[in-house]
Amino acid sequence: MNSRSPILQLRKLTKTFGSFTAVKEINLDITEGEFFTIVGPSGSGKTTLLRMLTGMESATSGDILLRGARINDLPANKRPTCMVFQSLALFPHRTVGQNIEFSLKIKNVAPDVRKARALQLMAQLRLPQDYYGKSVTKCSGGERQRVALARALAYDPDILFFDEPLSAIDYKLRKTLEKELKDIHRETGKTFIYITHSLEEAMVMSDRIGVMRAGQLVQVGSPQQIYSAPETKFVSEFIGDVNVMAVTAKGSSIVHAAEFGVDIASPAVPAGFTAGHLVVRPESLRFIENRSGAENCLEGRLYNEYVLGSRIQYQVRVHDHVFIVEKLRQQAFAGQRDDNVLIGWDAKDSILVTD
Amino acid sequence: MNLAKTIGPGTRHALPILLFLLVGFAAPLLAVIGFSFIPARSFSLWQSWSLGNYIEIFNSTSYLSFLWSLGLAAVTVLILAMICYPIAYGLARVFGKYATLVTLLFTIPLFVSENVRLYGWVLFFIKNGVLLGTLKAWFGIEPESWLFTNGIIVFGMVYVYLPFMLFPMTLGVSMVPDQTRDAAFDLGATRWQVFKEVELPLSMPGIMIGFLLSFVLAVGAIAEAKVLGGQQIIPISHDIEIAFTYAQNWPLGAALSVLLMLVVGTMVLLVLRRFDLDAILGRR
Repeated sequence: MNSRSPILQLRKLTKTFGSFTAVKEINLDITEGEFFTIVGPSGSGKTTLLRMLTGMESATSGDILLRGARINDLPANKRPTCMVFQSLALFPHRTVGQNIEFSLKIKNVAPDVRKARALQLMAQLRLPQDYYGKSVTKCSGGERQRVALARALAYDPDILFFDEPLSAIDYKLRKTLEKELKDIHRETGKTFIYITHSLEEAMVMSDRIGVMRAGQLVQVGSPQQIYSAPETKFVSEFIGDVNVMAVTAKGSSIVHAAEFGVDIASPAVPAGFTAGHLVVRPESLRFIENRSGAENCLEGRLYNEYVLGSRIQYQVRVHDHVFIVEKLRQQAFAGQRDDNVLIGWDAKDSILVTD
Repeated sequence: MNLAKTIGPGTRHALPILLFLLVGFAAPLLAVIGFSFIPARSFSLWQSWSLGNYIEIFNSTSYLSFLWSLGLAAVTVLILAMICYPIAYGLARVFGKYATLVTLLFTIPLFVSENVRLYGWVLFFIKNGVLLGTLKAWFGIEPESWLFTNGIIVFGMVYVYLPFMLFPMTLGVSMVPDQTRDAAFDLGATRWQVFKEVELPLSMPGIMIGFLLSFVLAVGAIAEAKVLGGQQIIPISHDIEIAFTYAQNWPLGAALSVLLMLVVGTMVLLVLRRFDLDAILGRR
């Protein structure tokens, strides 16, 4: 199997419900063995897209190609793909073992072969072997998560889909499971397609990320690319706290921020860029003594501070515009609330994005 | 104060309901049980008790009435299950906004007395009635009336007890989460396997409640056999009614009632043991 060949190709894939377009002309190639994450806010169409890929929803138009063969009309139970649901959708009337073995029982695999496979998967997913006969309803959240994954792996799918399975899990366990999932991905070598509303979660696990907005894929790239080179204001804001200024092009690397009445040194303004936004990350902003301390500078009022453990965030208001400045705890800023402060940044630390 | 402390707040608050249940629910039952042991055709509890009434029943043909009641109830419940599951499935998953309308259609007849509705069916099926009269006038054919047959009794019972099977069943079917169904399908199950492995077991609590409710009611049915069946068959409830009214033999009626309670109670307990509702619901 060539690891560089596409396993799943989407061609102008569209889904409409009445006059509402949930998914609009998505083109995407997913590589064999890739961990691909689709990120988007709720209502962006990511669940509908996933349901089309699994066969639980029919496509209105466009094609879904699995290793080159069109699978639009193949029902979910005939597709070599399997999904881990948001609710996990375990069978509450069955034991852990029976849940994991479900697809094997459906295929009439002999009971002892089934059990051996289930126990092997349980070992792989670090579920104690004596859980085999335990009711799934008695398992903890993390254990149920692993049972759901084992059940999907027992189906031996070519592609595993995940519909936000970690969203209902508390932060600490989620962080553990994210890393475990990435390890499982490595061990199995299967193609994982994951959807989530959390870009942070996507960054940890994914080889590539596709950001969805209003039914369309607005940007596809590696976590590094999405983080360091967002193409739109939407994507840049999706990553977390960022400072965004509306700007218009003024020179080859100068933009004008009408809100503050200043010209700002920016990265090279791309051809055709007339108006958009300048994005500066909170950690790229710094407090400066005087205007020569940075290429760009704004004067504002220190309004509040928030301690985030190893980091501290400062809210600085320039007119009514809120800026967030982030410092490491060791380098805490000594200013008091309502002090007048100068904040500055260099052009190389800012990103020009379109709307 | 000491008393209040020893019995605790939970017991204290439950006491009024407990007394109410004892007086309103247990007392009449105890009275019936007591009456079943006094001599035939007497009316006082304060005399020597005996098993005379039970001996009389075991030497009589009352067992036929028991068998008729249990048999008719069993047939009714089986037919109801087959009719109601598709309707329940439709109400819970397919009909969408029309589910309310269908529910209403099944509920409205309950507002009218059972006897009135049964007499309505008599008018429908009777010779020269709605059905046969129309057939005669339009097509000139005159089949035998189905009234006063066992079939029409079962028909009447199915008709009367349908809501008691349908609504718990609908609740049961609607308790199956969509994602669980989707998951089974996604794991390769066919429609039949999804039904057998997931939908049926998960909707079993509702189905069992429907079975029990309609069975218990159907065993006590009396009007269908009287009105539609023309008293060709005497169900056990009819025997009990005769003992208490025409025969003025309260102790015999009481003994019959006790036996009926024992038979139905045993069957219900057996079913409840076989299908532990908590286990089915996944609470344990």
